[in-house]
Amino acid sequence: MLHSGKMKNQISSGANATFNLMFIVIVLLCISPLILVVMVSITDEQTLGVNGYSFFPEKFSFLAYRYILSDMNQIFQSYGVSLFVTIAGTLLSLLIISLYAYTLSRKEFKYRNWFSFLVFFTMLFNGGLVPTFLVYTKLLGWSDTLWMLIFPSLMTPMYVIIMKTFFATSIPDSLVESAKIDGAGDFRIFFSIIIRLSTPALATIGLFNTLHYWNDWFTALMYITSDELMPLQFLLFRVQSSLAYLIQISAQTGQGSLSMADLPGQSAQMALCVIAIGPIIMAYPFFQKYIVKGLTIGAIKG
Amino acid sequence: MITISSLQSRLKSRPLLHELIKNRTLFLMLVPGLVVLLLNNYLPMFGVVLAFKDFKMSSSSFINSLFTSEWVGWENFKFFMDSSYGFQITRNTILFNLLFIVLTLVTAVPAAIVLNELKNRRLAKMYQTAMFFPQFLSWVVVAFLAFAFFSVDAGFINRFIMNPLGFESIQWYTHPEYWIFILPLVSIWKSLGYNTIIYIAGISNIDVELYEAAVIDGAGKWKQTISITIPMLMPLMIILTLLSLGRIFNADFGLFYQVTQNSGTLYPVTLVIDTYVYNALKVTGDTSMSTAVGLYQAVVGLVLVLTANWVVKKINSDHVLF
Repeated sequence: MLHSGKMKNQISSGANATFNLMFIVIVLLCISPLILVVMVSITDEQTLGVNGYSFFPEKFSFLAYRYILSDMNQIFQSYGVSLFVTIAGTLLSLLIISLYAYTLSRKEFKYRNWFSFLVFFTMLFNGGLVPTFLVYTKLLGWSDTLWMLIFPSLMTPMYVIIMKTFFATSIPDSLVESAKIDGAGDFRIFFSIIIRLSTPALATIGLFNTLHYWNDWFTALMYITSDELMPLQFLLFRVQSSLAYLIQISAQTGQGSLSMADLPGQSAQMALCVIAIGPIIMAYPFFQKYIVKGLTIGAIKG
Repeated sequence: MITISSLQSRLKSRPLLHELIKNRTLFLMLVPGLVVLLLNNYLPMFGVVLAFKDFKMSSSSFINSLFTSEWVGWENFKFFMDSSYGFQITRNTILFNLLFIVLTLVTAVPAAIVLNELKNRRLAKMYQTAMFFPQFLSWVVVAFLAFAFFSVDAGFINRFIMNPLGFESIQWYTHPEYWIFILPLVSIWKSLGYNTIIYIAGISNIDVELYEAAVIDGAGKWKQTISITIPMLMPLMIILTLLSLGRIFNADFGLFYQVTQNSGTLYPVTLVIDTYVYNALKVTGDTSMSTAVGLYQAVVGLVLVLTANWVVKKINSDHVLF
């Protein structure tokens, strides 16, 4: 980084002001879509009809949120599915990736390059969408299971490589060797020494995984048809493609407190979107710190 | 009787097996990952034989149907290439990706350089944080955000920009020509922060002494940027560009499927290989043809990555991908 040392190697104040102004515009462009969606979600439905989607609504209304939270049991169901898949998927994926990467980092394991290549090759070539789809649906019969939402993302090749690099460079061989002399087995060494020393790498990859599982709608689009197993992002997609679907899922609960005409359709769509982003916004400050760190490691070492 | 030593000598003749037994706990640790790779990645690779068959699901099991389906050679590929889609989706995929690569270079590199020069570090950090945020959103959410702007009846652009200026509302989701601009805009909007961070990391790796020497020689900021920062970033720029070129045959499914709301009238511009394969499988149900198109994508993709790697090796073997 360039710091203002005694040399005063800095840009001029005029340039500084111009650049700051430029970045304020960029930042506004980056976050304004989000603000617009939040605004639409709290705008009165009639006002939306008259004025359109505005950053400064004439009349506010929280009816959309009340409607979603009281009439749509599906949203709680989907929230539960997303939460479970995210937590279970992240933990399982971390375990599988780090076990695999640990073996690859052990020099006494002669065939480690061969097993590394097995991971690496999947980044170069794949059978494609259709054969994968057929393996899961026809051969294994995993459509419409929770497991299906978790399984395909368990081994991301890039994360295996990052993890392996971390183990190989940050954990001294002597540590493992002395543990071995003390009679510790490989599993013991892995769980009581390696895992504890790898918190930064585990945190980074864990956060990548969490984000991936939370945001995943593609797996559900391919393999899930049952409402019970619909993750939040996929629910959002279904609601986007048809307002009718929104009405249908709220009618299913059978206790709709609103008549068809009063339905806050457009604002409810946007409110659902805000609810789906909610956890990400809350976790963002935490996330971005680790992910920036992880990206930097990946970009330089990778 | 089998003695330990005879067992060992027999194993020595099979080095892989010998090694696996010697390091069996380590090998055991590989097993869960191997199972995932096998089912998720390697088994489907055998499925590409479907591309050379006329697959029909008969009443019996899937495996049976696979074996009994008729071989048709290159028929599926020929049909695809002769249809108007062959050229169209290849063109769309390549041109959009090229556009994204160029736009990324001309936006992220300057953004990183300028962000790095801002005097107030805390502000710079804040800008970086805000710019990175879109990367965290799913394409479904991005499609909602885009819809808030492009919706025909209520969208912000029609209501607050086009109409007040006296223009008619534009039917964004049925006119393909606008998407040549909208898709790159959305793509850059989502990825700018991420790419900027990568280049900022690259800049922070440049030796400070280079700048100190430049200052002593009387070089200003502009001169330093042109003759130190950009040349020093060049390897990173080349590698990232080559990496993207290697993936030029793979479109971002979410961008093209979600943000366009999979609108059929936009297909002349927005249909790419990935969305075509998905539609052929899920909508048309043409298993063999969609497998063939997927294989075409995978094989050309493999050739491109290997070429990219070979080129990097020629230029600078330090930065080789593998």
